[in-house]
Amino acid sequence: MNYISSMIIPIIVLVVITYGLYKNINIYDSFIEGVKEGLSTCLKIFPTIFTMYLGINILLSSNIINDICKYLSFINIPIDIIPLALLRPISGSSSLIIMDNILKLRGPDSYIGRIASVIQSSTDTTLYIISLYFGSIGIKKIRYSLIVGLLTDLCCIIVSILIISLIYK
Amino acid sequence: MIKYIWGLFIIIGIIYGFISGNIYDINSSILNSTSSSIDMILKLIPIMCLWLGIARIALDSGLLDVVSKKLSGIIRIIFPDIPKNHESISLIASNMAMNILGLGNAATPFGLKTMKSLQELNDNKDTASRSMITFLVINTASITLIPTTIIGIRILYKSNNPSEIIVPCIITSFISLLFGLILDRIFYKLSRKRI
Repeated sequence: MNYISSMIIPIIVLVVITYGLYKNINIYDSFIEGVKEGLSTCLKIFPTIFTMYLGINILLSSNIINDICKYLSFINIPIDIIPLALLRPISGSSSLIIMDNILKLRGPDSYIGRIASVIQSSTDTTLYIISLYFGSIGIKKIRYSLIVGLLTDLCCIIVSILIISLIYK
Repeated sequence: MIKYIWGLFIIIGIIYGFISGNIYDINSSILNSTSSSIDMILKLIPIMCLWLGIARIALDSGLLDVVSKKLSGIIRIIFPDIPKNHESISLIASNMAMNILGLGNAATPFGLKTMKSLQELNDNKDTASRSMITFLVINTASITLIPTTIIGIRILYKSNNPSEIIVPCIITSFISLLFGLILDRIFYKLSRKRI
C-alpha cells in the first residue's frame, strides 16, 4: 500500500512532463506560471489561516474540547477526531488547523494522525460549497442537498477510520 | 455564519480558561499561535508551488481536456436530467478533473459556471434542481488524487512518508462519493413521491 502511494506522484509527474513535451508546449514556462500561482494562492489564504489559528488555538488551550470529549468517550471512536469531524463540514480553515494540531501532538504517522489526514483531504466544506454555489445563482430552497451532503461527510469520516484501521492495524 | 463561529471560539475559550484556571495557557497561546501560522504557511508554499507547477503543465498541454473528455461518459450516467451535448456536461467534467488534480482553487470558477448553466435548465429558479444537488454531492465528496495541503502539513511534522495517505484517501473519497450519489438518488425518489 505504501509502495503504491509512493508511486502515484512520480507517475503523474512523468506523464504530465512527457505529454507536455509531446504536445510541444513550453513546459518550463508553464511550470513557472504554476509556481507563481502557488505562491499567490498561499499569500491569499494566509490571512484566513492566521485568523483561524488565533481562534482555534484559544479554544484548544482552554481545554474545553478535551473536557467535553471525556464525557463522550463512551462512543467508541478516537476522541481527538470529534472536533475535527464536527468542524470539517462547516469551515475548511478551522478543521485544517485542528488537523495541524493533531499532527503536532500525536505525530503524522500515528493512528490518529493518519485518520485526521484522510478525513481532512477526502471531504470538502459542505456548508461553504452549498452557500457559495447556491448563493451565486440565487437559489433559496436547497431541498435535500444539506442532509445528503452532511450524511456523505459522516460516511467519509466512518470510512476513513475503518480504512486506516484496516491498513495499519 | 463564520463570524459567529470564530467569535464563539474566542469567547468560549477565554471564559472557560478563566473558570478552569488555564489562563496562563490562553495567554501564551494568544501570543504564540500567530507565529505557528507562519510555520504552517512556509511549509505549504513549496508543495503548493510544486503541485500547481505540474498542474499548469497539464492544463497548458491539454492533458486536462483529455481527462475531462474521458469523464463525460460517466457524467451523463450520473446526471440523467441534463440533455445530450449541453455545455454543462463539459463544465462539470472540467470541475471534476481539476478537483482530481488537487486544483481546488481553479475548480471553483468552473463550479460556479456549472451552476449558472444548470440554472438555465431549471424550471423553478429559486429552487435547487436535481442536477444541482447531484453536482454539490460530487463537490463535497471531493475526489482528490494529490491532497497537497495535507501532504505539506505532514512534511512539516516530519512524517516518514508524507504521501502514504494518498491511497487511503482515494479509497475513502471514492466510497463516500458512491454513498453520496446513492443517497442523492434515494432522496430524489422520496421527494418525487411526496409531490
